[in-house]
Amino acid sequence: MSIELTVNRVKQSVSADPDKPLLWVLREDLRLPGTKFGCGAGLCGACTVLLDGQAIRSCQMPVGSVGSAEITTIEDVASRPAGQHIVAAWEDLDVPQCGYCQAGQIMSATWLLEQMPDPKDEDIDAMMSGNICRCSTYLRIRKAIRQAATAKGAAA
Amino acid sequence: MNAPSAMSRRSFLSVSLVGGAVLTFGASLALAGEGEKEGVEPPVLNAFIRINADNSVVIGAKNPEIGQGVKTMLPMLIAEELDVDWEQVHIEQTLADEKIYGRQSAGGSRSTPVNWLPMRQAGAAARAMLAMAAASEWAVEPASLATGSGMVRHAASGRSATYASLAAVAAKITPPALDTVVLKPDDAFKIIGTSRRGGDTPAIVRGKPLFGIDTELPGMVHAALEACPVFQGTIASFDDKAVKAVKGVIAVVPVNTGLVPKGKFDALAIVADSWWTAQQARKQLTVEWDTGTLRAYSTEAYGKQASAALEGTPQGDVLKKGDVETALSGAARTLTARYDYPFLAHATLEPQNCTGLFEDGALTLWAPSQAPGSGRRQVAEMLDIAPDAITIHMTRIGGGFGRRLMSDYMVQVAQIARAVPGKPVKMLYTRADDTRHDYYRPGGWHELTAGLDEDGRLVALKDHFVSFGADGEPVRAAEMEETEFPAQIVPNVHFGVTYLPTNLPTGWLRAPTSNAMGFVFQSFLDEAAEAAGMDLPAFVLRLLGEDRELPKVGYAYQFNTGRARKVIEEVCKVSNWEAGRPAGASGKGRGFGFYFSHAGYFAEVVDVVVSQAGDIKVEKIWVAGDVGSHVINPLNALHQVQGAAIEGLAQAMIGQKVDQAEGAIVQENFDGFPLLRIDVVPQDVAVTFVTSQFPPTGLGEPALPPVIPALANAIHAATGKRIRSLPMALPDQTA
Repeated sequence: MSIELTVNRVKQSVSADPDKPLLWVLREDLRLPGTKFGCGAGLCGACTVLLDGQAIRSCQMPVGSVGSAEITTIEDVASRPAGQHIVAAWEDLDVPQCGYCQAGQIMSATWLLEQMPDPKDEDIDAMMSGNICRCSTYLRIRKAIRQAATAKGAAA
Repeated sequence: MNAPSAMSRRSFLSVSLVGGAVLTFGASLALAGEGEKEGVEPPVLNAFIRINADNSVVIGAKNPEIGQGVKTMLPMLIAEELDVDWEQVHIEQTLADEKIYGRQSAGGSRSTPVNWLPMRQAGAAARAMLAMAAASEWAVEPASLATGSGMVRHAASGRSATYASLAAVAAKITPPALDTVVLKPDDAFKIIGTSRRGGDTPAIVRGKPLFGIDTELPGMVHAALEACPVFQGTIASFDDKAVKAVKGVIAVVPVNTGLVPKGKFDALAIVADSWWTAQQARKQLTVEWDTGTLRAYSTEAYGKQASAALEGTPQGDVLKKGDVETALSGAARTLTARYDYPFLAHATLEPQNCTGLFEDGALTLWAPSQAPGSGRRQVAEMLDIAPDAITIHMTRIGGGFGRRLMSDYMVQVAQIARAVPGKPVKMLYTRADDTRHDYYRPGGWHELTAGLDEDGRLVALKDHFVSFGADGEPVRAAEMEETEFPAQIVPNVHFGVTYLPTNLPTGWLRAPTSNAMGFVFQSFLDEAAEAAGMDLPAFVLRLLGEDRELPKVGYAYQFNTGRARKVIEEVCKVSNWEAGRPAGASGKGRGFGFYFSHAGYFAEVVDVVVSQAGDIKVEKIWVAGDVGSHVINPLNALHQVQGAAIEGLAQAMIGQKVDQAEGAIVQENFDGFPLLRIDVVPQDVAVTFVTSQFPPTGLGEPALPPVIPALANAIHAATGKRIRSLPMALPDQTA
C-alpha cells in the first residue's frame, strides 16, 4: 500500500507493507543507507532515527505506524542545531573506529543534547546506553557530547 | 552506481601488468611508468600513486579497513616519502589483487610490520621519479633538487615545479629498484608520528554509504540464508513451494556454507526483490536437516569431558623442558589451580554480508572481508572457476575482530550469484544468523601447577590444557605455543594438551589464543606471586632477569626481556602502582597484567570497585606499550589501545559466552550475548607508549590480553576471591 512519510524535511510516498520496519523502508525503498541494521530487535541502537525529535529504534517501528510524524535520519541530522554540533564534534575528535554504529550514536547524542543542554557524564551514560559500539569508542563519545554541548552553548 | 569506490581497475592494473604475470610485492611496486594516455587519466607513478592536475594526490590503501585505521595509516607512509602535504592526499581503497599489491589482509596486527618499509619505498620511488623528471627538464643533477609539499625545487636557480606538472614525464621514467631508493631520516618525518583523523571519518559521520551492507547496484536482488543450525549437518529434504508463492521471491538456491564437503548442501538461500521480502518468505520454508550424531555436541558435554580429561594425563605435549616432577617434589611450595573460559562469538555490529555478480563465467564480489585473497581461493574452488575470473572490491567493514578473516559469506554469495546470473545479489545475515553461524573463539580448560623455591622463585610450571581438536591437532585458535610466557624462562616446564572433538567451527578473535592465555597465565602468576609474598610486577620483573633476547622459536615473535621490563616499569610509574594500591580486601582493588603478543609488549593496571552485591566497576585503566620505534598515527594508536582494553573488559565481566545445545548455538542476539555498553566504561584508559629502537609493529591486538588478568587480579585484591573462570561472576554478599 502507499504510505506518506516526511523524511528529512521532504514528503515522500512509498509503496510498502505497513508492517515493514521503518529501518528497511529507509534503506531499501528510500535509499537512505546511513541508518544501519545491527540486531533487528531494538537492542543495539544502530538504527536510531528521530521521530518528531524523539530517538527511536527504526527496526522496531512498523512504517504503517509512523503516521504524520517527521523522521530525521543521519543524512539530514546536521540540519538541526544540536545535530550540527554533534556531527562537528564527532569529526573533530575522530570518534569512529569501524564507524558502523556511529550514525545511531549521533542520532541518540543529538536527541540527548536537545533534551539536556549541559549533560554530565552520568546523563550521557544513562541516555547513550541503548547504543552499542563494538569497537568501544565510548570514551570519545562522552567527550564529543561534552564538546558539542559547550559549542552549542557558546553559539546560543 | 552507489557501490563503495575502488581505485579504477584500469588505472592501477595497467601499470602493473607491464612486468608480466608473476609479480612479487616488491616488483609490482617498481612497475611504474607507462601510465595512462596523457590528458585522459592522471599519470600513474606506481600501483599506489596517481597525481591529479590540481596537484592533489590519490594514494591507494591496499588493506581492508575494519576500524583499525589502516586505510589512513598505510597512505601516511606513502605520503611521507612522496613528500606531499597530508592535505593534498585523497585516499582510495584499492581492489583486492595480491598480484599487484602483495598481502592484503587485516589480521595478526601485521599491516604495520609488513608494510613499514615497502609503503615508504613506494612513496620514495615516486618522489625520485619526479625529481628525475625535473632534473632532465632543467638539465641539473637530481641530487641538487629538494622536494616538499608536492613540489620539486632547485635552490641554485630558484626554479620550482609542482608534482602535477612533472608527473607525465615522471611516469615515463624507469622506476628505481625499491632497495635503492633513499628514505627520509627519522628526524625529517612530517607525517609519520603525527595524529591524523581517519580518512573516512567525514563520510561516516554524515551517513554516506561505505560498508558492505551499503552496496547498491542497478538491478540488485537480495538473499536471506537459512543454514543448518547444527554445524556440519546437511539438507535431507525441503519444501519451498510456499516460499516461491510469496510475491517478490525470485529463486531458492541450495548452498554449501563451506562447512560440509563439496557437492553437499547445508543451507538454502531465498532470493527476492528486497531483503525484507526474502526474510518474510523464509518463514514459509520447511527443511529437514540430516544431523546424524551431531546433536550430541553440547557445552554441558564438553564440560564433563574436560573435567574427566583434567583427571588424566594429557594426550600430547607442547613442551617438556627440564624435569617438572622432580622440581615440584623438591619445591619449597607448590600451588595448583584450574582455569577455564568459554566459546565466544565475534558479534561484529555489521552482520555478515557480501554482494556478488556472476556474468559470462566471471564473478565480481563486493566483500567486507579481512582476507580477500583467501576468499578468492575458496570461492574459485567452490565454483570451479579460475581465481583470475574473480574481481574483488573491498568495502569498509563494520567490525572485523577476526570474524571476517573467514570467507564463508563470499563462498555463499558466489553460489547464489551463479544461480541468478546477470543479477547482482546481496546476501545479508540476520543477527541470529550471525550469532549462530560464527567461527567461534574456542573455549578451554587449564590445570596449572607451579613450584617455588625457598626464595619464592618459580622453578617449575606445569599446565594441562584441554581444548578442541582432532587427530592430535588443535582446531583453529586452540593452539598453545611452547613460548607461552614464562615457559622460556622457567627451568622446568611441562605443557600438555588434550583435544576434545567438536562440530563447532572455530576462528580467530582479536588477539587469538592470547586473549585466553593472557588471562590464565597472568592470573596464575599473580597467585604464584602472592605465594612468594610479592606483587605481580615485582615477581615478573625478577623472572625476566637481565635484559636480553630469548631464543627465537619457530614462527613466534622473539621475546626481549628488556622491552618487557620497560613497559612494566612504565605502567607502575604512571599508575603510581605501589602507593595507589588500596589496603586489604576493602572492596577496592588494583591489579596488574603483562602480556607479549603480536610483537607488542603491554603492561596494564586496573582499578576496580566491587560492591557487596558482586557488581564490578572498573574505575580506571593504565596501559604502557612498546610497539617499536614509531607510533605512526598517535591519535589512532590511542584509539586502538583504548578500544582493545575496553573490549577485554567485555570478554571478562559482562557475561559473554556462547553455549551449545543439541549441536547448535543457543544465543541469538545481544540479550543472550551482551556487548559492552557505555555505562560499564571506566572514566579513563590512560595510554603511554615506550619507544624502542625496533621496527614498528601492529596495534590492533596486543593491548587486549593483559587487561583481563589485570581485572581478575584487581578483583582478588579487592575481595580476596580468585577469578578462575570467565565470564566473571561474583556472589551477591548482601543476600
